[in-house]
Amino acid sequence: MDFTFTEEQTQIRDSLRRFLTETYTLDRHRAIARAGTGCDPEIWRQFAELGILGLGIPQSLGGIGGDAFDALVVMEELGRALVIEPYLSTALVGAGILVRAGSPAQQQLLAAVAAGKIRLAFAHGEPDSRWRLETLATRAAREGASWVLNGRKAMVPDGAGADYLVIPARTESGVSLFLVPGASERMTRTALTTHDGSSVAEITLDGLRVSADALIGVEGGGLPLAEAASDVAVAGLCSEAVGAMDALLALTLAYVKTRRQFGVPIGSFQALQHRMADMLLHAELARSMSYLASAKLAARDLVERRRAISAAKFLVGRSARLVGQEAVQMHGGMGVTEELATSHYFKRLTLINASFGDMDHHLEQFGAALTA
Amino acid sequence: MDLNFSPDEERLRGEVRAFVAAKLPAAIRDKVLGHKRLEREDFLTWVRILNSRGWVAPAWPKKFGGQEWDAARQLILEEECALAGAPPVLSFGPRMVAPVIMTFGNPAQQEYFLPRILTGEHWWCQGYSEPGAGSDLASLKTRAERRGDSYVVNGQKTWTTLAQYANWIFCLVRTSQEGRPQAGISFLLIDMKSPGITVRPIVMLDGEHEINEVWFDNVEVPVANRVGAENEGWTCAKFLLGHERVSNAALGASKRALRELKAIAAAAPTGGGRPLIEVPRFRDRIAEVEIDLMALEVMVLRVIAMDRERHTPGPEASLLKLHGSRIQQAISELAMEALGPYAPLHQPLALSADWAGSVSGPAPGLGITGRYFNYRKVSIYAGSNEIQRSIIARHMLGL
Repeated sequence: MDFTFTEEQTQIRDSLRRFLTETYTLDRHRAIARAGTGCDPEIWRQFAELGILGLGIPQSLGGIGGDAFDALVVMEELGRALVIEPYLSTALVGAGILVRAGSPAQQQLLAAVAAGKIRLAFAHGEPDSRWRLETLATRAAREGASWVLNGRKAMVPDGAGADYLVIPARTESGVSLFLVPGASERMTRTALTTHDGSSVAEITLDGLRVSADALIGVEGGGLPLAEAASDVAVAGLCSEAVGAMDALLALTLAYVKTRRQFGVPIGSFQALQHRMADMLLHAELARSMSYLASAKLAARDLVERRRAISAAKFLVGRSARLVGQEAVQMHGGMGVTEELATSHYFKRLTLINASFGDMDHHLEQFGAALTA
Repeated sequence: MDLNFSPDEERLRGEVRAFVAAKLPAAIRDKVLGHKRLEREDFLTWVRILNSRGWVAPAWPKKFGGQEWDAARQLILEEECALAGAPPVLSFGPRMVAPVIMTFGNPAQQEYFLPRILTGEHWWCQGYSEPGAGSDLASLKTRAERRGDSYVVNGQKTWTTLAQYANWIFCLVRTSQEGRPQAGISFLLIDMKSPGITVRPIVMLDGEHEINEVWFDNVEVPVANRVGAENEGWTCAKFLLGHERVSNAALGASKRALRELKAIAAAAPTGGGRPLIEVPRFRDRIAEVEIDLMALEVMVLRVIAMDRERHTPGPEASLLKLHGSRIQQAISELAMEALGPYAPLHQPLALSADWAGSVSGPAPGLGITGRYFNYRKVSIYAGSNEIQRSIIARHMLGL
């Protein structure tokens, strides 16, 4: 048992935090959000310089190699700084799929990912699937040496800006994954903005034709890959939420210590103190579960892994809701303005719940294993 | 970062499991798992069995008969014992009064009292709360007046758990009215057989006798039974509170209770052809409490690791107590609800081990509703959850 971080992890944390504190101010966040692309090229370039884009990619493939806890450290810092750039989507989820199952040709892209030259997206969502990865309406049919894809994808993180997309589609023998260039004919990508300023896309595949080597792994072998990618995403989101909650708790604490009413700091009121104690408890429970989620990503036993992932996403969602809502409430009128970071954290935490399965979805998944 | 127990610790888990399986008398196990009333002798039998292996207080220093186990090993021991249906080793002796005697007591006190805790010869109870001193413990009024080599103690303690079984009580008493309330308190060890002590049962809402009032009417206590200096008992009291850390999370007990809840829900008919556990509305609630329990376990491990590094207990135990008590109550509530229309049954006679009559209602159902009522206590005792929140606000948030 050991809950300490390695020297390298501490270094990553410190250097990233220093960089983000100096560079990724609330004003910068606002400006990037307003631009609508969800990704500032300069920030992305500096992420590459810091080495974090190659974290999920082994050295042999041009990355720097790292484990789930390195990713946890990075995601916490990104959450703390309200970073909206699609780090998770490219460096952990997209790269993770190619590292795990990409062909040698596909894996050649990874060096460019680590260098910040290529962004990846995972087009897992569909209009009618909610968060069920196995529920796919998108089809891929074999036509000679090519595959022809038809269907619609929804709420794809960085789907419009990504250079390559991983697209799950139903084929004869199950779910298969395809790696498709972003600029492909017969694929329409519409960028949409979310409440936290990041970018998602609606994608229409209207007879999109790709060659046989676009297949990732084997035909029909896509579901376990998609599940693993989703689990990586959930662990990352949990860590991001923990970082955001940390920052939000600190903001709220500073506020109740300085804001004076009735001649005293409002933090001297027991009605608020006890609720702050609950916020801390729930933030720490969330941290505990984010550790568990990252630890279990590598579990050999699939049931054990998915149980921990669903448990973590549910509990982190619940904590994020409580901490977010209470933080806004304790800031009073200031909490509902755009002016303070408070509301931005609250929004981000709220959207995390709707990403890769909300509380109900994961409680259902977890519960199903109870009676299985 | 590594959330796993070490191979050594896992080996210990195996040893404990095998030991408990071989040594825990079936009659006692059945009482515990069946929510039957435990007699004094049941607790003591188990203490003696554990003592044969040195496991009553393995965390103690070697010079006092312990093995200097760290909190991780204790957790494993407690959890395995709880899961197997062993009676709990009550904290009052080994984990409450003993550390005080070790730290503030003199060699004579250490030599006399500590071994008797391990053998079970002394059953300790706690004389802290009074009718007028609950959360505000320092306002206690039980007074001890010095007369030569003795104190004469007068007053009343209350909520004294299992005082009816105890032969010793550790008490906070007022020895001075000067200064702050905390300043005039002393820590006394009192023989329950002393003339002038009266124990009166308090019947709890489940109809059971678990707690008591203890009255002191001119009780003579040798000055030699004072631990630490006169008027410095508050130091002992605070020290003692810092020692009840991980066990308040009740991790092992809650794991057992969750296992039982699932069994009850899997057996509970719903009139619709499927058992209760398959009804999504109920299943979700079990799932949520199980997830809370998973988080509690990681929190416990984190606190253990933190203590290991800093060597002094911090205020995080309050987080464990808050969350652990919530889980205990949530599971007991769900288990009661799982009984459905049978939940209201009260069968106090059947709680005794020698009951030969019939028991009505679902098979694993006896005592479940009583426990729900009884467990309202867990957010009240050992520092109410409101006190825990105040501790967190003050010591962790600086409010």
